[in-house]
Amino acid sequence: MLTVWAILIDGFIYASWLFLVAAGLTVIYGVMRILNMAHGSLYALGAYASASALGWYYAGGGDQLLVAFAIIAASAVLIGALTGLIIERGLLRLMYGRDEVLMLIVTFAVLLILQDAVKLIWGTTPYSAYQPYVAMGRINIDVLTVSGYDLMVLGVSIVIGFGLWFWLERTKVGKILRSIIHDREVSEAMGVNVRRMFTITFMIGATLGAIAGGITAPIISVVPGLGIEVIVMAFAVVVTGGLGSITGAAVGAIIVGLARAASIHTMPELELFIIYAVMAGVLIFRPHGLFGQVIARKI
Amino acid sequence: MKNSNQRSLWQKTLLNTATSVAVASVGVMGMAASAHAEESFKVGFVTFLSGGASGPFGVPAAQGADIVIKAINEGSLPAPYDTKGVNGLTLESVVVDEAGGPTKQVEEYRNLVQRQDVNAVIGYISSGDCLAIGPVAEEMKMFTIAFDCGTSRLFQEIDNPQYMFRTGLDAVADNVGAARYLAETHPDAERIAGIQQNYAWGQDSWQDFTLALEQLMPEAEIVNNQMPQLFQGSYSTEISALQTQRPDIVHSSMWGGDMESFTSQANARGLLEQATALLTTGESGLHRFDGQAPNGTILGGRGPFGGFMPENDLSEWFTKAYEEEHGTPPSYPASKAAQAILALKYAADNSDAEGIPSSEQLAKALKGAEFESVSGTVKMALADGHQAMQPMLYGEYHFEDGEAELRNVKSYPGECVSAPDGYDAQQWIKEGFPGVDCN
Repeated sequence: MLTVWAILIDGFIYASWLFLVAAGLTVIYGVMRILNMAHGSLYALGAYASASALGWYYAGGGDQLLVAFAIIAASAVLIGALTGLIIERGLLRLMYGRDEVLMLIVTFAVLLILQDAVKLIWGTTPYSAYQPYVAMGRINIDVLTVSGYDLMVLGVSIVIGFGLWFWLERTKVGKILRSIIHDREVSEAMGVNVRRMFTITFMIGATLGAIAGGITAPIISVVPGLGIEVIVMAFAVVVTGGLGSITGAAVGAIIVGLARAASIHTMPELELFIIYAVMAGVLIFRPHGLFGQVIARKI
Repeated sequence: MKNSNQRSLWQKTLLNTATSVAVASVGVMGMAASAHAEESFKVGFVTFLSGGASGPFGVPAAQGADIVIKAINEGSLPAPYDTKGVNGLTLESVVVDEAGGPTKQVEEYRNLVQRQDVNAVIGYISSGDCLAIGPVAEEMKMFTIAFDCGTSRLFQEIDNPQYMFRTGLDAVADNVGAARYLAETHPDAERIAGIQQNYAWGQDSWQDFTLALEQLMPEAEIVNNQMPQLFQGSYSTEISALQTQRPDIVHSSMWGGDMESFTSQANARGLLEQATALLTTGESGLHRFDGQAPNGTILGGRGPFGGFMPENDLSEWFTKAYEEEHGTPPSYPASKAAQAILALKYAADNSDAEGIPSSEQLAKALKGAEFESVSGTVKMALADGHQAMQPMLYGEYHFEDGEAELRNVKSYPGECVSAPDGYDAQQWIKEGFPGVDCN
């Protein structure tokens, strides 16, 4: 019974982290039809910025948890939004209308450039900002313990998921974005400033990636190359759920999270295999993912 | 809690940037000086400068090598290396990034030999790269020293090695040593679990450790082993899975950022209050844990390196020089790189060559040799004189008053942890370590 509880708790905690990582990727694809490979670097930038800022705060004698969270949020939002703005305005806007594969290659180039930029700025030594993770304590369930910080990540993930749903479904900007998703040309004809909407969307997607990195920084040792590892996992989730669907990303994250937790607790040697087995299984029966929509090609 | 790690994050940012520039400069200087090849000895130095292995391993190794090379050229090393240069020649390095996998490394190796005209190659942290380079070194007849990779198959897959050497120990020694330490210090441990990175290193390490444990602690039960992805970073689910198995000991061969992340998370989650961690590469975190590993955590350093270095003139000089330049004591990758450079100087100085020694002369000088190093006396006693045999050390991590140190350190002679020549390592363990000498 303890193992069942452990699978459920671990599965949902991991799913919440996966959703955080994948949300920005799916928002950008949903609106802009760009498979943003640079998302991994935005995650890394958020992690490095937060780890550096937290290091500065704790080195100065700070010990307030709320201030630490504010620092994580501020540093991640700042670096994510700024980098997103530079990438979209400086590069992507010159290539709108090109083939999706070309955009994928361009964003992959950005990923590599940013990866080197991270090394130039922060070097190669691992950064650690563990204090918030430790300060959040833990809850004991028999021999099992659950980190308070992990539960906080679960909460943040739910808030961000709900916020994204509200933004897209209940606000004027969201309605405009949905009209762009439905038909970009008609939206433009109706007076929608599509390019401005693209800039906003890319900045929000980039910020979500950086927030995911910022929140993860106190859990991990922040090292060069961490963005590459994350982007693969994020793709597995969004492809399972359906590219461009927020609901799909959430459901995909939960399925992958629970399957992975079940594997780790019962057959740890299959941990890696199970994630891609789930993805392959879903794509066999639903080639566009669980919530992906088939879009008719315009001629 | 304030700690030196956090206090110096901004300083580290500047320091790391400067280090990157310095490492790049060494490479550029090496290339620029190729016009003077007649007057100098060129060594290709291959280490990770990018990717997840660069921070904890590759860059410290490059820094360690750089310090020794500078001292060799200045003639400022302690005896017996107090003569200038290698065989009187200025030592120049061409630094190459090890990232990219074995295929790329074979290309880089050929490039070093055929286009850069190096006189020797030192390098390789990854076991995959070592296995790929070994046969190529023999084919190209180039004197090559593997300074860190741990695969026990390196000399099994080279028939009658002539040019390939390794100046460090293999993973078998790490894990036989770990099992011996456990049997001696935790004889009552009943439930043993593990967590390893899911690739050759992790899988081989766990196999060697469990085989040795069957011989040394037959009553102990292996209850679980987790195999997370390399560079996964977060181990929340694996920690839960380990907790549900109620282990007394958690063995891990994870290295670098993965090892530090796991230790920090397992400590915060309370796993390391329930079980003692045995980290075969934990020494690289000795000065980085800052109390995030509980006192009593068992650390290894892949031999007498880093915090396990014995007190001698060379180790004292190296520790002082490294601390002065980088602000922290050298970890084991830095020490192992320094040892390989010293092996090269020993081979060149004893080659009886006039001018630049050939690969054959270097190989003849190093084969079966005994040379002094930062880790004590190194005997090239295995693999027909091509592989170092050294003691394996383990100790307990203790952190008090902001200072980390190793206590209860135990050393096992090379003959106690390494299979004799002619034995398959796993077979040697299964047969109960025939020919072993632990005194």
